[in-house]
Amino acid sequence: MRNPLSSIREIHDSFDAGSSDPLALTESFFERIKASRHNAYITLCEDRALRQAEELRASLKTKFQGKVPRASHPLYGIPLGIKDVLTMDGIRTTCASNMLQDYIPPFTATAVERLEVAGAISLGKLNMDEFAMGSSNENSAFGPVLHPTHPDRVPGGSSGGSGTAVAADLCVAALGTDTGGSIRLPASFCGVVGLKPTYGRISRYGQIAFASSLDQIGPMTRTVHDAAVLTRVMAGIDPCDSTTSDRPVEDWGAVVDHAKSDSGTLKGLRVGIPSEYFIDGIDAEVRIAIERAIEFLKSEGATVVPVSLPHTEYAVSTYYVIAVSEASSNLSRFDGVRFGMRPDAAMKASTLTDFYKHVRSLFGAEVKRRIMLGTFALSSGYFDAYYRKAAQVRRLMREDFERAFQSVDVLVSPVSPTTAFKLGEKAKNPLQMYLTDIFTIPASLAGIPAMSIPVGRDQLGLSIGMHLIAPRFEESTLLRVASRLEGKSS
Amino acid sequence: MSLTCLGVSVDVNTEFEAVIGLEVHVQLATDSKIFSSARARPESGNSVADEAVNKNTTPVCAGHPGTLPVLNEKAVGYAVRAGLATGCKINLKSIFARKHYFYPDSPKGYQISQYDLPLCEKGFLDIELGDEGEITKRIGITRIHMEEDAGKSLHLHGYSLVNLNRAGVPLIEVVSEPEMRSPLEAGAYLRKLYAIVTAIGVCDGNLQEGNFRCDANVSIRPKGVSAFGTRTEIKNVNSFRFVEKAIEYEVERQRQVILSGGTLVQETRLYDSQKNRTFSMRTKEDAEDYRYFPDPDLPPLVLSPQMVEAIRAALPELPDQKRDRYMRDYFLRRLDAILLSSGSTWGRMFEESVALTGKEQGKILANLMIGEGMRLVSEAESNPDAQNAGFTSKQFADLARAVSDQTVSVTAAKQVLAIAFKEGGEVGAIIDREGLRQVSDLSALEPVIEEIIAKNPKQVEEYRSGKEKVLGFFVGQAMKATQGKANPALLQELVVKKLKG
Repeated sequence: MRNPLSSIREIHDSFDAGSSDPLALTESFFERIKASRHNAYITLCEDRALRQAEELRASLKTKFQGKVPRASHPLYGIPLGIKDVLTMDGIRTTCASNMLQDYIPPFTATAVERLEVAGAISLGKLNMDEFAMGSSNENSAFGPVLHPTHPDRVPGGSSGGSGTAVAADLCVAALGTDTGGSIRLPASFCGVVGLKPTYGRISRYGQIAFASSLDQIGPMTRTVHDAAVLTRVMAGIDPCDSTTSDRPVEDWGAVVDHAKSDSGTLKGLRVGIPSEYFIDGIDAEVRIAIERAIEFLKSEGATVVPVSLPHTEYAVSTYYVIAVSEASSNLSRFDGVRFGMRPDAAMKASTLTDFYKHVRSLFGAEVKRRIMLGTFALSSGYFDAYYRKAAQVRRLMREDFERAFQSVDVLVSPVSPTTAFKLGEKAKNPLQMYLTDIFTIPASLAGIPAMSIPVGRDQLGLSIGMHLIAPRFEESTLLRVASRLEGKSS
Repeated sequence: MSLTCLGVSVDVNTEFEAVIGLEVHVQLATDSKIFSSARARPESGNSVADEAVNKNTTPVCAGHPGTLPVLNEKAVGYAVRAGLATGCKINLKSIFARKHYFYPDSPKGYQISQYDLPLCEKGFLDIELGDEGEITKRIGITRIHMEEDAGKSLHLHGYSLVNLNRAGVPLIEVVSEPEMRSPLEAGAYLRKLYAIVTAIGVCDGNLQEGNFRCDANVSIRPKGVSAFGTRTEIKNVNSFRFVEKAIEYEVERQRQVILSGGTLVQETRLYDSQKNRTFSMRTKEDAEDYRYFPDPDLPPLVLSPQMVEAIRAALPELPDQKRDRYMRDYFLRRLDAILLSSGSTWGRMFEESVALTGKEQGKILANLMIGEGMRLVSEAESNPDAQNAGFTSKQFADLARAVSDQTVSVTAAKQVLAIAFKEGGEVGAIIDREGLRQVSDLSALEPVIEEIIAKNPKQVEEYRSGKEKVLGFFVGQAMKATQGKANPALLQELVVKKLKG
């Protein structure tokens, strides 16, 4: 009926050939999802998806004479998984939190809407760390997501459901969101492609905010070309999000096709190796895989330049001041009055404060920790020492990157010091967990595009991702490099 | 035991002065809300109370998770206009910040406001004091910033309900320097600010609907001391008179506390207009920590100098300019000119009437309104049961013309006004119906005068022998004979002529 792990292009070919159609494909995904034990989805929108698929199947025959309208509908009949932090009108959106276990938004996120207008089918809402806070997907009120191939391991987080669903063929592609590495880390652990575009490339309207100045939606896919197609559909200015950029959207699919066909595309490309990213503590197998990938880039004609990003050591602490400060603010609306569940105990509360106490106890431990840290960092008397200082360091880090990009076109590093770790391994130690994102956080703070591309596996067969970082709005550079690395270096 | 205040010893005879700063929330008259496309004010003709509860909301102003604010450009233009009209410096770059507090009618858990870098800073307005408004005092405006209004809580049958129609309505907060020294000055400041924001069209000025709400910061100190005493903030008073009374009460309360040896605490107080007293709402210890930080959802607001200059160039006439024009062109008394340029109902009525008559009648119109018109209205206000038709600007215009072309005397005009106010109707019709038309017809007046002269030879003799005072007798008799309708100037002229003749 269908080939597993097909790309968008392969699926469109099968539609054209008549060997598959949007409805049959969608039904087959629901069969797989229901048989799967990965816990990748929180909510399925089966009726809605089948209706979409049925219509697309009918139009394919009647309106489009059996030929997929790839130009006008680049995602025609493509079943996607949507991270449960993105709203869909009438579909429960939980953020993997007990707080929102019955929240049904009255509007659809711009990114999701654009994908559906381009023909995509939304299969359901993917599991994640609660409010996108976590690196292992163990912080979900709906239970952890399992790694796609190693069920005793984590898929990475916070977009763990997205990573597993794409790798385990529970959707063709998925949407993730990335605040400090939440797309790139699970992409690396699950062995899929993950792109965090430039801050402002893709509208955040409909993305339930964790840290608004860092949050960015991006694709998690099986091929670089798929990532390019999804990004192109979602990107561009949105009147509902004042932080989106009016930078013209490029035909990134064509960029990838061109790079694939031109073996000389990386000739003269200057690849920066930040010394601060190659530290002790990187797993030897990870290091070897990355070094081998760098050698491959050299063999393609790239020149390798050592660079320094001197403020990198402050990245994690800076991030954990800014992100938690914004989170404490963003999550204040979940007070049980307008939004958020009201547990029975809250309904019996005698004072408003008591009421809030019961409602707010619905948050999970990590979310509570971050709300408390953020509330502290913004309090009068501490604001200057924490938030303001962090904002200043953030500027220095942005300048680090600007300086580095004067002499290189792209930076490379591991996505993470290790491959996927075991369930429970770091759950008790928040600090160790925070360090998982040590290489992904700086690009988030700088608002620049970054990507994870699989470049190998360790002896256990666990995927190793290479991290690519480019200057603002240079997604095409990332995609060119990733296109060459794809499937070649392992 | 001797009492001290701010290092000065005080007793019952000490003269204290008040130190007053005002924070005024002015609702901007935009159609849509500050960050969403929802309606910001009722459809025309409706009052806020007519609007169905929670009708004017979108997911954005209801604070749904995942929504983002998008700034209303028109609201920015209005705020800049208000800044320019009060002499402020407009910051070409300003920042929106989140102000956090948990309250059920704040749907996001924070209010979007401006903190570190407001849109407007360092302005002023001039208030007029003294019996004739002859003393001018300049009050500094610290800043004007933009922010969104909260929703409204309703406590009903043991339930607390929230109406979000008002959530996200655009406001500017105008913060004054603590430069007012009496309730009277505070009232004058509020009236002037009100006059300005309504004159430039950025505020509907409906006080009942909370378009213009005031918080007053009040402290007192012995006269001559320059240090500040402990201040209290009186929240959310929405009538000028009540602000004055609340401050008056608060000043006296603070004086009593000091004179009884007590300690003033920094606190927020509410004013109960029925009991005419303020009471404590919360003290500084319970004050919220608003945890301001720049709103990451809104880029800095950046304005071009060209935009600001275009708004400045399009500013309409301001109340002070209008006052000066009224004095210059209509020869109004300063106090009258202040009154009629203050954006009050009378001010609007005056403008409309002048537009109908032309400026030659300005003085007559002002006299009719400020004299008889206001007297009738205030009389009616103290007797709420009475049914009155009220005034129209056309009635004033018609009457002013009638006075001006001597169709009616000023005395008769007052009668016409009283009837028009009570019963309504066309001024011309009232004059005719009541027979108030002034007689200026020589052929009608001459026989009347001749008859009086013939009947009163003694007085004629007196006049001719130099007792000019007797003239009044003849005029009075003639007036009586014509039931007050004779044109007095003409009458006098004719009497003199006949007596001398």
